[in-house]
Amino acid sequence: MDTGVISKYIPIFAKAFLLTLKTGWLGVLLAFLLGIAGAFVLYFKFPLLSAVIKCYVELFRNTPLLVQLFFIYYGLPALGIRTSAEFCGVLGLGLLGGSYMTESIRSGLEAVPQIQKESAVSLGFTKKQIFLDIILPQAFTISIPGLIANVIFLLKETSVFSAISLMDLMFTAKDLIGLYYDTTESLFLLVVFYILMLLPVSFAGSIIEKKTRFKMFGD
Amino acid sequence: MDEILKIEHLTKKYDDITVLNDISFTVKKGEVIVIVGPSGCGKSTLLRCINGLEGINDGKVDIQGKTGMVFQSYELFPHMSVLQNLMLAPIKVQKRKKDEVKTEALQLLERVGLSSKKDNYPRQLSGGQKQRVAIVRALIMHPEILLFDEVTAALDPEMVREVLDVILDLAKQDKTMLIVTHEMAFARAIADRVIFLDGGEIVEDTLPREFFDAPHTDRAKRFLKTFEF
Repeated sequence: MDTGVISKYIPIFAKAFLLTLKTGWLGVLLAFLLGIAGAFVLYFKFPLLSAVIKCYVELFRNTPLLVQLFFIYYGLPALGIRTSAEFCGVLGLGLLGGSYMTESIRSGLEAVPQIQKESAVSLGFTKKQIFLDIILPQAFTISIPGLIANVIFLLKETSVFSAISLMDLMFTAKDLIGLYYDTTESLFLLVVFYILMLLPVSFAGSIIEKKTRFKMFGD
Repeated sequence: MDEILKIEHLTKKYDDITVLNDISFTVKKGEVIVIVGPSGCGKSTLLRCINGLEGINDGKVDIQGKTGMVFQSYELFPHMSVLQNLMLAPIKVQKRKKDEVKTEALQLLERVGLSSKKDNYPRQLSGGQKQRVAIVRALIMHPEILLFDEVTAALDPEMVREVLDVILDLAKQDKTMLIVTHEMAFARAIADRVIFLDGGEIVEDTLPREFFDAPHTDRAKRFLKTFEF
């Protein structure tokens, strides 16, 4: 491995790293928003919306992100909507993630026993109080491991962004390899930057998991 | 004495199955009524109809004031400490002042011997301790009538006593209580009146001495026989 090449490539990778980080986390944010909304609809069994959410979840959970990105990237302009590759990446990741988040949050909500709600009802709490103070905190605690796994999964999925020519880490590595044949150095940096992106998430995840789960489940 | 609870011709059905059939009785202030009967006779459903967890198909349930309910499975909120479990409803539902609620919570915990557990989480308590906290959580809302739904049925035998002692103590304070239980010795000791429920109907509604020593009906005799060895 040529350290000279590596030091020369670091700034290029750093730029791609920031773009990947930005689009990845924006996608995760969108996924959370969709997931919360979707789980809410399913939990409260809103008549028509529930069916729509169920279709959405099945559609996006059972198709690869790459295919979804192609549809968004080439489909939107065909419908007359002009967008950037960056926007398509965020939208695609958010839609995919939203389907996973919906299921994780919904299963957490449904894992809180019905009788917990009944004991809250018999204490006189309103429906809103029961949801916000009793059900949601417990559901969140139950969902945490799944949510963290989803975040890590989604951030790794950014590696297909290169297919819609977003200049992310993967794109940069492939580009440099194609141009200069510095395969080892490029792949090395690709791995390093992906670990740099995900290791902190993993660590933070374990800490959050420990802190939130301790109360209910112990160590 | 004032009537706290008046039930008239209550009927409850699940689809075609009648779970409670034409139930009528009244509970006066300070009375302790124990409801006994075989499994599936409708005891728990009756309590749930009284506090509104179940709708009723016919008849009337008239309560002067609020009910408080204690469940077989405790149902403390697992994400909150003991003190938080006790304080949430008085503060959020009754809009009482935090300081006043906390003082009362600590007094009640002291009374059931659990002061040292105020900052623990439910998972750190034994079944008997959890149930005592659950009783305090119902009490602190100052309900006019307390409903107990087989509150010792999930407990190890050595913990049954500590919970029953708390309920006996409440009876001495003239609390109005409706108690569903399988603890016959306890029922005899605490009850002002025993209601024997079988097949969704009130078969006997009588004094404990009479019910346990000289039951009128064959159904009651048969039921009491199942507790003999």
